Amino acid sequence: MVKQIAFALALLITLGVFTFTVLRLISFFKFTKSNFPVRDFGKRFMVMLNVAIGQTKIFRHPVMGFFHALVFWGFCVIIFGSIEMVIDGLFGIERSLKVLGVLHDLIMASGDVFALLVAISIVIFLIRRLFLHISRFEGIEMKKISHQDANLALSMILLLMISLLGMNAAYVQLQTAGNETIYGVYPIGALIAPMFGGLSLHGLHLAHEFFWWSHILLIFIFANILPYSKHFHVFMSVPNTFLSRLEPLGKLTNMDDITREVKLMLDPNATFEAPAADAPISRFGVKDVEDVSWKNYFDSLACTECGRCTAVCPANTTGKMLSPRKIFMDLRARMKEKGPLMVKNGKDFSDNKSYLRDYVSEEELWACTTCNACAQECPVNINHPTLIVDMRRFLVMEESSAPGGLKTMFANIENNGAPWQYSPEDRMIWAENLDMKVS
Amino acid sequence: METKKIEVPVMADLFSRGEKPEYLFWVGCAGAFDDRYKKVTRAFAKILTHLNVSYAVLGKQESCTGDPARRAGNEMLYQMQAMQNIEILNGYEVKKIITICPHCFNIFKNEYPDLGGNYEVINYIQFLDKFIENGTIKLDSEMLGNARITYHDPCYLGRGNDIYAEPRSILKKLTNDFVELERNKSFSYCCGAGGAQMFKEAEPGKKEVFIERTEEILRSDAKIVATACPFCMTMITDGLKYKNSEEVKNLDIAELIVQVLDI
Repeated sequence: MVKQIAFALALLITLGVFTFTVLRLISFFKFTKSNFPVRDFGKRFMVMLNVAIGQTKIFRHPVMGFFHALVFWGFCVIIFGSIEMVIDGLFGIERSLKVLGVLHDLIMASGDVFALLVAISIVIFLIRRLFLHISRFEGIEMKKISHQDANLALSMILLLMISLLGMNAAYVQLQTAGNETIYGVYPIGALIAPMFGGLSLHGLHLAHEFFWWSHILLIFIFANILPYSKHFHVFMSVPNTFLSRLEPLGKLTNMDDITREVKLMLDPNATFEAPAADAPISRFGVKDVEDVSWKNYFDSLACTECGRCTAVCPANTTGKMLSPRKIFMDLRARMKEKGPLMVKNGKDFSDNKSYLRDYVSEEELWACTTCNACAQECPVNINHPTLIVDMRRFLVMEESSAPGGLKTMFANIENNGAPWQYSPEDRMIWAENLDMKVS
Repeated sequence: METKKIEVPVMADLFSRGEKPEYLFWVGCAGAFDDRYKKVTRAFAKILTHLNVSYAVLGKQESCTGDPARRAGNEMLYQMQAMQNIEILNGYEVKKIITICPHCFNIFKNEYPDLGGNYEVINYIQFLDKFIENGTIKLDSEMLGNARITYHDPCYLGRGNDIYAEPRSILKKLTNDFVELERNKSFSYCCGAGGAQMFKEAEPGKKEVFIERTEEILRSDAKIVATACPFCMTMITDGLKYKNSEEVKNLDIAELIVQVLDI
């Protein structure tokens, strides 16, 4: 009974803290702008199945992709064991899902095997991060804290797997020693169970309790660290793929408020509807976090800083300042900074800083070729170029700021309908003296 | 062998005679003004004539689609251009548009519909592939001496619109020695000109994007690097010059087809 109360208390605290965090994030989402409507559930489900469950984009790097897929699929299986532990903890039962029979055997066996596979993968990840200097883990946006964050998350997962295997092994040894039925199948647990061979029944019981509590408490702690870590992608990546932008990568989003203005300009007879006096003055493009869409912010929370976007960016790989990863890390950081201030002082609050310039520089933005290599690569379907162009929109339309060459290009299009200074009268020169051979 | 003069049909002339061509051939600014790309426009016009396709161009009525303005953040200018273009296109009751520039293709296909411009938009590579697949255009790989050919994917055909198969299918019929670049298809590496970079100086860095790509092209040992975009062509041709490797030819797929058809 004491155990049940202690467990219920721990669970309550976990859920309480988690709810607080989620509500806080939701309050930040309220500051963001609308974006595409979420329709086509069937199509979205297929994207999620493909990209998240099937890990198709992760597999674009086949070797490391394989190890990541093992970790992901491992989590998917192991979570059933965690659910069983919660039920066991609350109701004081042991292996409550044993009622599922063979299915329970299957869940436990795959969870047990995957625990080892996940642990091996995590060790490989840690070695890569700690000892091999992988270039995509570096960059101006990768501060010491970013590396610590990654290593902490990996270490916690490793501890989770060790405690899970320890628990399974102790359980197998305990049941065997006490001539009790083993519920579930534990191939790896059984393999390492002899390690506990020297322990008495009481000692085995204590060992099992130790691993049981370590595992579940680690899960509770991990779950509450995640929302503050880049590893929040554990929660956010699957929904983020479901909420993917379904348009072709080449398409930019139309600015409907500009369409209204242009229609008025081109058609003098168009009826002019005066905007309501209390309508907020809308800004063109993105300057600060209140200008981004909910999807941009969702993307920033789903980003796990893997750097696959930056590693394929033509600007970044040729030494320019732009790093697509940084764009989203900055967005998350800026919301973390300004979000609470807006919650406290209202949406119009200004701290005299902004996402554009104080975080993302103009030099970064102008280096983008909109080639979409970043968006193509992102394992959780983040779309970087649309946000970059949104910031360019602010610079150009609100501040008339752009590199000289682009201003000339704008002027040429306005004056002579081509990005270069050629007259429309010369548009057919190419067709002069055009002969073809006929046989 | 005789030659025949091609009179490129202009929409306004046809319309005044009450004729309506099946396709509008959208030449694009580079196709009309860039000296190198004019040759591609001419090549494609030859193929259209060879195939007896019913088409016309807008000629002096054509104006920038607004793509570089839009990608540089000037949504206002883009929409002004787009709405004026849509008015002209709808005035001529255009239903099908063929483009030779992937940027024009992308904007007509994906972005004009938001402003009420709905057309069947066909990239010339898809168009050519269709005629090659149905046997109307017969290609002979011997004509180019089975030269080693590689292909640089334009971002707005490849990643932007998932057109990977058609250019490869054509090139594999033009040579038995088609090789892929190290980074190809959806992994392809930009030439450095997209997103309006064509019209500005690059930001400071340790290398130019087009040099990085050109070096990759040279590593393929191809004799011909085929492209399907005016901006890619400018960048790669510059890259080959810069690398003193002008023995490697940068040709458009339409030009290769004209060579093989010998028209």
